Amino acid sequence: MPKITYIEHNGKSHEIEVPKGLSVMEGAVQNNVPGIDADCGGSCACATCHVYVNEEWFEKIPKKESAEEDMIDMAFEPNKFSRLTCQITVTDELDGLVVKMPSKQG
Amino acid sequence: MGLIGLKAEVVDNLDKIGGQCIELYPDKPIYDIPALPSCTGESLTNNLLEQIKPFKTNFHLNERVQEISKEENNWKIKTSGKKVFIAPNIIIAAGVGSFEPRKFSIKEAEKFENNGIYYSIKDKTLFKNKKICIFGGGDSALDWAIELSKFAEVTLVHRRNEFRGAEHSSSVARQLEKEGKLKIKTPFQISSIEGDNKITSITIKDENGKIEKIPTDCILGFFGLIMKLGPIAEWGLNLDNKTIPVNTENFQTNKEGIFAIGDICTYPGKLKLILSGFHEGALAARACFKLARPNEKYRFEFTTTSKTLQGRLGIKKSD
Repeated sequence: MPKITYIEHNGKSHEIEVPKGLSVMEGAVQNNVPGIDADCGGSCACATCHVYVNEEWFEKIPKKESAEEDMIDMAFEPNKFSRLTCQITVTDELDGLVVKMPSKQG
Repeated sequence: MGLIGLKAEVVDNLDKIGGQCIELYPDKPIYDIPALPSCTGESLTNNLLEQIKPFKTNFHLNERVQEISKEENNWKIKTSGKKVFIAPNIIIAAGVGSFEPRKFSIKEAEKFENNGIYYSIKDKTLFKNKKICIFGGGDSALDWAIELSKFAEVTLVHRRNEFRGAEHSSSVARQLEKEGKLKIKTPFQISSIEGDNKITSITIKDENGKIEKIPTDCILGFFGLIMKLGPIAEWGLNLDNKTIPVNTENFQTNKEGIFAIGDICTYPGKLKLILSGFHEGALAARACFKLARPNEKYRFEFTTTSKTLQGRLGIKKSD
């Protein structure tokens, strides 16, 4: 099962095995990883599952669509590595993905 | 509520009816509402409003319930708009909480809130001949940048080069920029705010660390809305990770007469679907009846045949 590493803003790291097909957001929420709120439940409508994807991974994961880019406008302190985890589906290729959470989601 | 003969007063912090459906996904398609092959957040809201028309429900918008207290057999409910309701039942259908503007993340922003920093505009004349920096890339940011540029010195700042607001507004803004009537700074984000008692300037920064200082009197932030649980947390209700546990017999919380339905309630097997909210509401409403009319027997009826229910719906049948 692909392993995803979620790093909280304070540096605390959570390495979670996430079944393929779930979103990176669901992997966090279902395992009580703090720092990803996902208020809208995963419909790309709230920007509270925002993370910074580790630089080396950013180009490897499927590109964001315009709806996600629009939504990131509303995220807390976005940067060029910002993604919404509800829009990233876990696959074998994502094994080892590292994401960092912002200090808060809103 | 209306169907079973109870009157509801609806309090919502948003400026319009419809909650997440209207605020978060008004144009997005929804395909899992029974008997509605497809609809949008907006059309669902409009259809529901049409359906409840006969009950003449009062809506109290732009208000949030701040305090509740027990008063004999009733609850006393106070709103942020200083309204007071006395009711035997409260139904919390608050989603993930009330909608509030997303704010600037830098710490100086709090100090200047409502004294130079604003997240909405009530009276645009206050901005006349001022130096204004507007942040955001959606319709609110673009519309206000265009409007205020008529009588103020406006700089529109956005984190990327593309605006997500209406294409027309975006091209109007770019045209104004060409004519020298509006300044546009992209891709920039706020870095700091300078000033003691009032704002004198702001510093903005791009992804590569390039810095610019802009003299300004006030800052407007349009980053959309975020949901906050707010005062609900202080009402003595059991909470489980920002949701309210209920029993599935009547969706009552740990307090008699307070019910929770929709995304805000939780129970084993809970699904955060619009579909579930309808079922939860139907059961909670019947439990409300028992507390509102303790001396009356609730009679289960169908809208297909009941003259009483059809009367409440305003349907006149010719025999």
